[in-house]
Amino acid sequence: MTAVAGKPTRTPSSTALVAVDGLTVEYRRGRETFEALRGVSLDIHEGETLALVGESGCGKSTFGRTLLRLERATAGEVRYRGVDLLKLRGVELRRTRAELQMVFQDPFSSLNPRRKVVDIVAAPLRHARGMSRAEARAEALTILERVGLGAEAANRRPAEFSGGQRQRIGIARALVSRPRFVVADEPVSALDVSVQAQVVNLLADLADEYLLTVLFISHDLGVVRHVADRVALMYLGQIVEIADRDVFFSGPAHPYGEALLSAVPVVERTRSRERIVLGGDLPDPVHPPAGCLFSTRCPLADEHCRTARPEMRDIAPGRQVRCHYPKGFS
Amino acid sequence: MTAVSDVSKTGEPAANGRVAGDEVLRVRDLHVTFDVRAGRLPAVAGVDLTLRRGEVLALVGESGSGKSALSMALVGLNRGPRTTITGSVEFNGMDLVRASDRELRKVRGNGIAVVFQDALAALNPLHRAGAQVAEMITTHRAVGKDAAWNRAIELFTDVGMADPHRAVRAYPHELSGGMRQRVMIALGLANNPDVLIADEPTTALDVTIQAQVLEVLKELQREHHTSIILITHDLGVVAEVADRIAVMYAGRIVEYGTRDQVLFDPQHPYTRGLLDVVPSLTGPVTGRLSAIPGSAVTGVERPPGCAFAPRCRLAGPECEQPVELRQRGGEQGHLDACTKEDHR
Repeated sequence: MTAVAGKPTRTPSSTALVAVDGLTVEYRRGRETFEALRGVSLDIHEGETLALVGESGCGKSTFGRTLLRLERATAGEVRYRGVDLLKLRGVELRRTRAELQMVFQDPFSSLNPRRKVVDIVAAPLRHARGMSRAEARAEALTILERVGLGAEAANRRPAEFSGGQRQRIGIARALVSRPRFVVADEPVSALDVSVQAQVVNLLADLADEYLLTVLFISHDLGVVRHVADRVALMYLGQIVEIADRDVFFSGPAHPYGEALLSAVPVVERTRSRERIVLGGDLPDPVHPPAGCLFSTRCPLADEHCRTARPEMRDIAPGRQVRCHYPKGFS
Repeated sequence: MTAVSDVSKTGEPAANGRVAGDEVLRVRDLHVTFDVRAGRLPAVAGVDLTLRRGEVLALVGESGSGKSALSMALVGLNRGPRTTITGSVEFNGMDLVRASDRELRKVRGNGIAVVFQDALAALNPLHRAGAQVAEMITTHRAVGKDAAWNRAIELFTDVGMADPHRAVRAYPHELSGGMRQRVMIALGLANNPDVLIADEPTTALDVTIQAQVLEVLKELQREHHTSIILITHDLGVVAEVADRIAVMYAGRIVEYGTRDQVLFDPQHPYTRGLLDVVPSLTGPVTGRLSAIPGSAVTGVERPPGCAFAPRCRLAGPECEQPVELRQRGGEQGHLDACTKEDHR
């Protein structure tokens, strides 16, 4: 990997580049509908990497995809630089989309196998910026070089590359249109561990270089700890905790965060680490629990939790939690 | 072909924290070669292993390292016209490499069971979970249907199903990922095998569910003294349950020893690299992760010497020579396959 010239100038601000309010997405399952997102409100600050963490099925990918209009929202607002993204249509939508890009999880299915790498990477410039073929290709070559794939990669097809290289191509495609906001949806979870670090580092370098705001969706708390400025924890379509990275990792206030962190197996000499093993599975989203959504698995839940659903509340500056009994604050 | 060390000469690492039990499985100079379009792919290129009663042996490696090809070859699951398996796998006085398909089927039901990663693909969607377990029992033993069904309920209880009576009646799609993985383990345990081969049994699961399944595996080992070969790329999982560890790279074992030896006194640069790239939950945050450059060799062409050398920052001309797995810098019984002496 090439070293980055100059020092990172990206610093997280406290103003929102993307302000999400009451975002709700309903899915249909047979004759029933259920909410994959239950009125999610979340500010993504300009210049930060916000990690959205949670287990499969919690709605974190739906959230990322809905922000970029890849899924249809049922209700809510996504304000980006003063406009509601969910209301954009036609040319305006296309133009704005160039500023909002996505890195997908699976580098094997997210690249068209029939097209040459250079054309895959150039496509966003042709569509969103209306560039000529020659111009777009020139830009594509530059960014391919930057992600560590030389000109010899340009005319080959995705199948000729390893998983890590394909994810570099996916990153090049996302960044070629010079976006301001990138959703990276589990960008390294399909890769071997020895390759993961290369791609994580590349993303971090590019985020600094391009002054990106990043929503980093991941289930891997180890990776999150090394890339995120802030962490938002999701459970069953709701955000249940938001905190600065160091605050979160030194001890989540929500019992779910605490359990999640303690469940990650780590390389330690002694095996007798205190572990909170949660009972049961995620509840069926079609029939969510009446009170707190986590109450069916929570070791602290009492009668109050099983009947009254907690609201998100501030417990410290920059720290919010959705729990009746947050750790250290109740 | 590279010389493969005779492990018995150098001494086996002792099982961690318990008396070394008797050997249940002994693998000698195992090679698995696939005929592919580009030529002959040496998926496993000379592996020696010993599994003792009641121990968990972890096979650690990344994709293409040969860990799954190895475990499938132990019970002949990847036999076929395009696969060549040589060497020996001794189990109960039998050599499984030379055993007939019929003999192997018997072994797979009773002696050695395999639990796969993808439970949804491995289970029959048209049959109730309990029926699949019961069938596994009646196929291999003279047991009535009702007795087998009751045994299925028992097994579902053993693997920690919250509601075993309901779960036996459920179809696979009605169960969550964690529950399906438990069904897989119950299937594996149906006939009290001596050896359970678990191929990435928790990789598709969330960490909270993974924690539950790992508890089940540990309990099996404790209560039933089942020997487990755990195949995984996750060193955290390994630290949690393994007694001994074999690290694989490009079809060979590059390091072999007890859990503590391999994880806390790693000898091979690849093992060290793997331990470094795991993003830690403690310690300083640098904003950058340590990385191993490049990617693993997975094609038909293999270097004559150390396969890790192209990615190794310590590599020198001596690494182009064939290298054996033997005791070098580590403790007694801690083996590695790195010729470089100066890095230790």
